[in-house]
Amino acid sequence: MAEATTDVRLATGPFDPAHELEAFTAAHPEAGGIVSFLGQVRAGGGVEALELQHYEPLTLPAMKALAARVRERWELDGLLLIHRSGVMEPGAPIVLVAAAARHRRDAFAAADFAMDHLKSESWFWKREKAGGEWRWIEPRDQDFEDIARWG
Amino acid sequence: MGTGMDLPSSERESASRITLVFLGRLEDLAGGGSRAVAAASSIDAVIDALEPQLARALREPRVKLAVNGILLQDNDAPVLRHGDEIAFLPPVSGG
Repeated sequence: MAEATTDVRLATGPFDPAHELEAFTAAHPEAGGIVSFLGQVRAGGGVEALELQHYEPLTLPAMKALAARVRERWELDGLLLIHRSGVMEPGAPIVLVAAAARHRRDAFAAADFAMDHLKSESWFWKREKAGGEWRWIEPRDQDFEDIARWG
Repeated sequence: MGTGMDLPSSERESASRITLVFLGRLEDLAGGGSRAVAAASSIDAVIDALEPQLARALREPRVKLAVNGILLQDNDAPVLRHGDEIAFLPPVSGG
């Protein structure tokens, strides 16, 4: 049996989700199912760019701690968590989460849980550029509601 | 720790610096992502020495603090040392 892997990365430059997913899948032939989520910068609304800011001493350690919680809660063969920081244009990948498991329900739930917690709890500050002006984005109530359902 | 003990106290004071890091919208208020300031004995004293408008924003209840990468709990009042880094963390806007 292949050893279970956890791969957590804070990417300060662009990454290629297709390539990452292919490598992750190839590394987990024993998994019956892989669930992945890709978040990208939404086009529209006049948004020209998105910037995510992180704080080095907190952001990656907290992402690793989240990955550890996910691994404790579900039976997984592998977990991949990549999150961008820096300036991105519409269409650029922001986050990729993939969970590999024997059973698909574990994989679905693990990826869903990881995303809800990344969205609401991770140490990122976000601003959008529209009409040449940068504007900081405040937290959304929806993110707190999403996380509340996990109890 | 250090060699600071060999200096007269006035020079120790002037040599003692800490770094403030401002995240998110606090960066705009502070006019930059970080700044070095003279160390004071407490976080309160450090904040008191800043511009009033910035000091007010840093004291908002929703702004969390980390000293050297460790999040402070509500009642923590750490003694500051030369070289410490205090980060001011407004509510995160999510990934």
